[in-house]
Amino acid sequence: MADLSRDDVLKLARLARLMLSDDEITEFAAELAEILKYVEQLDAVDVSGLEPTSQVTGLTNVTRDDKVIDYGYAPQDLLSNVPHTQDNLIKVKRMIA
Amino acid sequence: MSVWQPIADIAAKVQAGELSARQLVEQSLAKIAEQADYQAIIVTLDEMALARADKIDQAVKNGENVGRLAGVPFIAKDNFLVFGAETTAASNILKGFTAPYQATAVNRLEMEGAICVAKANLDAFAHGSSTENSDFFTTKNPHDPTRVPGGSSGGSAAAVMLDMAPFALGTDTGGSIRLPASFTGSVGFKPTYGLVSRSGVVAMASSTDVIGPLTRTVDDAALVFDVMAGRDELDSTTIDREEAYFPLNDTPLKGVKFGRITEYMDSEGLDSDVKALIENAIEKLKAAGAEIVDVSLPSLPLALAVYYIICPAEVSSNLSRYDGQRYGYSDPSATTLDDSYKMSRAHGFGKEAKRRIMIGTHVLSSGYYDAYYKKAQTVRTKIINEFNDVFNKVDFLLGPTAPEVAFKIGANVNDPLKMYLTDIMTVAVNLAGIPAISIPAGSVDNLPVGLQLMAPQKHDAALLALARKTEETVA
Repeated sequence: MADLSRDDVLKLARLARLMLSDDEITEFAAELAEILKYVEQLDAVDVSGLEPTSQVTGLTNVTRDDKVIDYGYAPQDLLSNVPHTQDNLIKVKRMIA
Repeated sequence: MSVWQPIADIAAKVQAGELSARQLVEQSLAKIAEQADYQAIIVTLDEMALARADKIDQAVKNGENVGRLAGVPFIAKDNFLVFGAETTAASNILKGFTAPYQATAVNRLEMEGAICVAKANLDAFAHGSSTENSDFFTTKNPHDPTRVPGGSSGGSAAAVMLDMAPFALGTDTGGSIRLPASFTGSVGFKPTYGLVSRSGVVAMASSTDVIGPLTRTVDDAALVFDVMAGRDELDSTTIDREEAYFPLNDTPLKGVKFGRITEYMDSEGLDSDVKALIENAIEKLKAAGAEIVDVSLPSLPLALAVYYIICPAEVSSNLSRYDGQRYGYSDPSATTLDDSYKMSRAHGFGKEAKRRIMIGTHVLSSGYYDAYYKKAQTVRTKIINEFNDVFNKVDFLLGPTAPEVAFKIGANVNDPLKMYLTDIMTVAVNLAGIPAISIPAGSVDNLPVGLQLMAPQKHDAALLALARKTEETVA
């Protein structure tokens, strides 16, 4: 399963919202196949009776009160890194071509 | 010898009025300018740092207590948000991003009087083992400028060894503090997962990301860590601290039981000179009364494969926020929202970020999730269980930090898998969430070699105390 076609790479790029050049598609097809071949050594590992680990803190359901906390930031300061704004809102391009 | 005294001494002298914070910041900035050829630093924060220094000096004159790190300059890896400073994570997509708030770790250091003077280079988004993946430039090894300093916290490690500041902050997701510590001859401490808040630090792989110090001595690392550690309401994965980490207990080596990890020490990839140095360190520990036994964790050789599934999966998720809409680079030629996402990411991300996003997207995608991601998470459990078992038999584990000394700039850039293999002896610790430290064990042809020590989860104080003893014994 380690081989990746150009279509496979393009499908992943679409899922990840990445535009790739022709050269990148060729390169990634080869590199990803090599990396996946390496990680596929796990296929042979016996994990019967074991549960997956998603985190290691032992913490469960960390919650806090649903209250607004004022950290003293002005909205315009928090918006200062936004490429396009209008009326203190983030402005994006149109969604339908 | 370093121009910097132990951090606790510097702070005491500032508090006593014998040293001024301004002098210290000026000394730090002068060193950074003098050693600019090594390219350890992305940006200096001269004005902000000097203004803070003057405030601290004035507070001392007013008889106020300015804290345990009074006037001590430090350098933050450029994936830490420092209020009002540009924070890029060494990536083009974040170029020009000004931090609107500040990392909790930086806040805690500042509350004790420390002063951030500069931001250090890294592999972009901390993806790498050499700083060669920085979208800006490669940092050079202080011991040999034709070689890498290790990564991803390579700028931080080089900065400390070039005397630019008494300490620097790093992040360690798969070895990014310990590896550059090994390659530069500094001390690099990776704490138990969850002990230092990651609020305000650019996320890489959230289930293994930790923050820690790079210093010249274990004592300095312990003090900096002591200031940063503890729960934070802004990071729900932080855990309670149960111990003090500074000053360290003076624990004797006599009676301490170390496990010598055979999977690392007897691995084919381990350079024979590096191995000889680690064996030599082991002999010195034995002579000091420590007991050393061979231990085996048979699944350790699988850790890198597990890591290179889990890490890219989490990276692909964490990097989805860079979409050209809310902050960071936004491609001006896009006409629709979807094109704006795709083009901003295509032109803003470097090759390694794209590579990891692609791998992560693949292992999480429908039809492959169970075979890759879930399997990796389950093998992760197996590795954790083996650590737990072995820590029932020994107090600490020991081995090399890296299989080799610092490699030449350019040697691995065209072979991503070979570059990933640099982390082969550090990643298991991240998967298990346990603490580990790299301390200098000597040099091969003038290039430093790190000795790695590991302890069970939340045994950070014991590990640091032991590392200080080992540092004295092995040096």
